[in-house]
Amino acid sequence: MSTTQSSRREADIPRWLLIAATYTIVGIMLILPPVLVVAEALRNGFGTALTTLADPDALSAIRLTVTMTLASVVINTVFGVLAAWLIAKYRFPLRGVLTALIEMPVSVSPVVAGLVWLLLFGTQGWWGQALDRIGVHIAFAPPGILLATLFVTFPFVARTLLPLMEQQGRDDEDAAMLLGASFWQILWQVTLPNVRWALLSGVLLTTARAMGEFGAVSVVSGHIPGLTETMPLHIETLYNGYQSVAAFSMATLLAAMAMATVGLRSFFEARARNAVIHGQDA
Amino acid sequence: MSVRIETLVRRAPGAAEKVLLRGVSLDVPDGGFVALVGPSGAGKTTLLRSIAGLDAPESGHVIIDGRAVEGLAPRERNVGFVFQNYALFRHMTVAKNISFGLDVLPRRKRPSKNDIAARVTELLTLIQLPDLSQAYPERLSGGQRQRVALARALATGPRLLLLDEPFGALDPVVRRTVRAWIRSLHDQLGLTTILVTHDQEEALDVADRVVVMQDGQIVQDADPQTLEQEPATPFVMEFLGESLRFEGQVSAGRFVPNQMNVEAFSVAGLVDGPATAMIRPHEACLENTGADTTVHRIGARYGMARLSVDLGTRMVEILRPETEAATLPAAGVSLVIKEARLFRDGKLAWAGGLAEDRPAHDMAAQI
Repeated sequence: MSTTQSSRREADIPRWLLIAATYTIVGIMLILPPVLVVAEALRNGFGTALTTLADPDALSAIRLTVTMTLASVVINTVFGVLAAWLIAKYRFPLRGVLTALIEMPVSVSPVVAGLVWLLLFGTQGWWGQALDRIGVHIAFAPPGILLATLFVTFPFVARTLLPLMEQQGRDDEDAAMLLGASFWQILWQVTLPNVRWALLSGVLLTTARAMGEFGAVSVVSGHIPGLTETMPLHIETLYNGYQSVAAFSMATLLAAMAMATVGLRSFFEARARNAVIHGQDA
Repeated sequence: MSVRIETLVRRAPGAAEKVLLRGVSLDVPDGGFVALVGPSGAGKTTLLRSIAGLDAPESGHVIIDGRAVEGLAPRERNVGFVFQNYALFRHMTVAKNISFGLDVLPRRKRPSKNDIAARVTELLTLIQLPDLSQAYPERLSGGQRQRVALARALATGPRLLLLDEPFGALDPVVRRTVRAWIRSLHDQLGLTTILVTHDQEEALDVADRVVVMQDGQIVQDADPQTLEQEPATPFVMEFLGESLRFEGQVSAGRFVPNQMNVEAFSVAGLVDGPATAMIRPHEACLENTGADTTVHRIGARYGMARLSVDLGTRMVEILRPETEAATLPAAGVSLVIKEARLFRDGKLAWAGGLAEDRPAHDMAAQI
């Protein structure tokens, strides 16, 4: 009996080492940065941090980020649902190509994505001058930022929905159709409720990503404080201007927003998993 | 509602060579209960889906109640369809599932809330689950889901019911009850029912008519009794149940098996030439002839003993009544075929028995 106990204790040592190593790495890589960010922000007290956020340029950056995030979440939810529905439920020519295209923004560097929009809509770009003449400004303006954010966040809703929709198959839709439901009735009453948790998770992922996007937006926006600076860009501007309390206050706010989103997402992801499990035995 | 199918052709999408339906024609009279059986890939589900409008055939016609329905969307055909996995809406209660077909009707056609609720109650009583209206599908057993799917399909009052492998996911005991229940429902509501199954026993038990399909074609379309007694091809014979096959020659009105230790038997009226005899395990007995054979008892079924007979070059398994098996010697017997079907060129040529009380039907004259 003592031998089994001691052998178990021996087996415990690597296990504890592994656990300790994991927590050390997580502590350094994941816990320390946000703690430092908050600490830096609060260096001169909570009041000072709040004051920096009330600065007009800061407020403008927050407003722009919220607007861009909301707009891209709405647009990409619609497109993502459409794309996932199409790919999962129908067979059509070049379906595989479409699937691969949806994945593309994940692999393309955001900076490259931003450059593409500049090439199209910049003053030297293909359509830039023509659009400029009729008074439409896309590059160095909010529409460009929106395009860049849309591109970067395009895959998230579609990719979250696709596996679930494919696993569920078309029988529910066929059944609804035979029972007399119209296209929209099927979409609203059958397809979307079947994937609601996954959809919510995809939407929150899009939100988190849209808020934090830097590369693509940085290229197309032109960094004009008060006009085209989103929160991440404004943080960079502040930091480069040695306003570290302001920079870190803004960073704290952005991080809090992102973490809240991710927290919500993991909550819904758990429910989505349950839905999948129930779906299988249903 | 009668259903008529005229030379339906359907190719598999993509692979151009694979043909799912090769000119299938079928007639289902009003009030009929027809089972489509066949191995997987025979085209039976494709045929069923074509009738419902879920699958578009390349050519041919589907005529429901005298009306060609090619141009009609599935929902305009007013057919009840039960899917293999039931396809219940998992986020809706049982009551909501059942009322779905009524809830989605355009407002001017939709019954009032109270009428819908009354209809749901009526259907829940019909499927014998009156207390489960507020349950979600995940809480139900397989048999209960099956019945809810049926109620949902019946809610809008279709006269034609299409069932795709409806018993596939049920355990054997539940299967038999649900099967009998569906048959009584069919009779009670005066439905026309088409059932797809790969289980021949199920088809023979429940349907008035069984349509055997193979490779996108109908091989035989007959009532269960005819199928049992006069299967059109060796495939049908084999598909419908355990069978034994003996190659042989017909000469001078007798079938002489190539297999040694199997007795020849009279097949009056059949032209000389090679033929294949097929029998069910209970259609042969053993006679003491001193032949070089051995017999083992290996089991029991339907109150009969299952015997393994070593015919020298081949083992066969037959079923004999227990009383008879008890008196059999362990060796030195020959196989005597009491009833058989003879096939020639892949078609039935003769069917009959040697027992006096069962005269041979002479099919040779028809061929």
